[in-house]
Amino acid sequence: MILAELALTPPYYLVLSALMFAIGATGLLIRRNPLVMFMCVELMLNGVNISFVAFGADLNDVGGQISVFFVLVVAAVEVVVGLALVVAINRRRADATADDVSLLRG
Amino acid sequence: MAEFITFFFGAAIILAGAIGVVAARNAVHSALFLIQTLLGVAVIFVVQEAHFLAAVQIVVYAGAIVILFLFVIMLLGVDKAEDLGVEPIAGQKPLAVVLGASLLATAITFVLVATDGATGVGSADPERQLDSGITDIERIGRVLFTEYAVAFQLTAALLTIGVIGAVVLTRSLPTADQLDDLEPASMDLPSLAPEGANDEHHVDAVDEDAS
Repeated sequence: MILAELALTPPYYLVLSALMFAIGATGLLIRRNPLVMFMCVELMLNGVNISFVAFGADLNDVGGQISVFFVLVVAAVEVVVGLALVVAINRRRADATADDVSLLRG
Repeated sequence: MAEFITFFFGAAIILAGAIGVVAARNAVHSALFLIQTLLGVAVIFVVQEAHFLAAVQIVVYAGAIVILFLFVIMLLGVDKAEDLGVEPIAGQKPLAVVLGASLLATAITFVLVATDGATGVGSADPERQLDSGITDIERIGRVLFTEYAVAFQLTAALLTIGVIGAVVLTRSLPTADQLDDLEPASMDLPSLAPEGANDEHHVDAVDEDAS
């Protein structure tokens, strides 16, 4: 009965968003496979999207949802270019991890 | 109440999937866990009555982006398990977990200090208000194509640049050996001569051989 009185306030969404962002950031630092690192970036972007929608709903403004729309487009472009880079690097050296790209230094 | 149950259901899906992405040894498993997380985010969008974004989330993310990931994983043949025990940088993993945890603590502290939620003010323009009678997709369409028309066109340019960039990056350039083959010295091969130029000569040669 206590639950029935609870409302879904923004902090619920924001804590979920923070958790998702932190898991993504930790994964980005831990993993060495560039593909999995990109997936972790997607996690972080999605965590922020939840925040955008929560703020938009709280302020009764469509701007939050518009922001998510633009984040989606940018994320799609980022994945396309990033995966093209991964393919290009793998053509030169199979089994390259993110650490091996340090060979790029002069 | 139903909202609450749906929220926690979606949150559980998201967090389990997110941990799976980070912890799975196999990149294919990571991609599948990512789909789980993205579907959970779509559930959260539905709870917040952002139905258009929920649909786009499934179509664009689960339908296109993760499939692109899987394509590249299969194309490169890197779908073997990664040894998560290898640490090229000493202490990288504990340090990463500490950094992630402190990031989380900072973010949650901010959220809990501002318990009233967003402190800004929503737009007074009824065109931008979510509860003014029309569906969210119509609302987004109206605002996107008026107020944000320039930004929308810039994203079109961004997409074009992205596609061109991907083509340029993955185009296979001729290697050094192939470039040597194109040296002028080796250009006068019969196969490169104009079509029919040597026909008569060839016929003569065949005739001579026959006689």
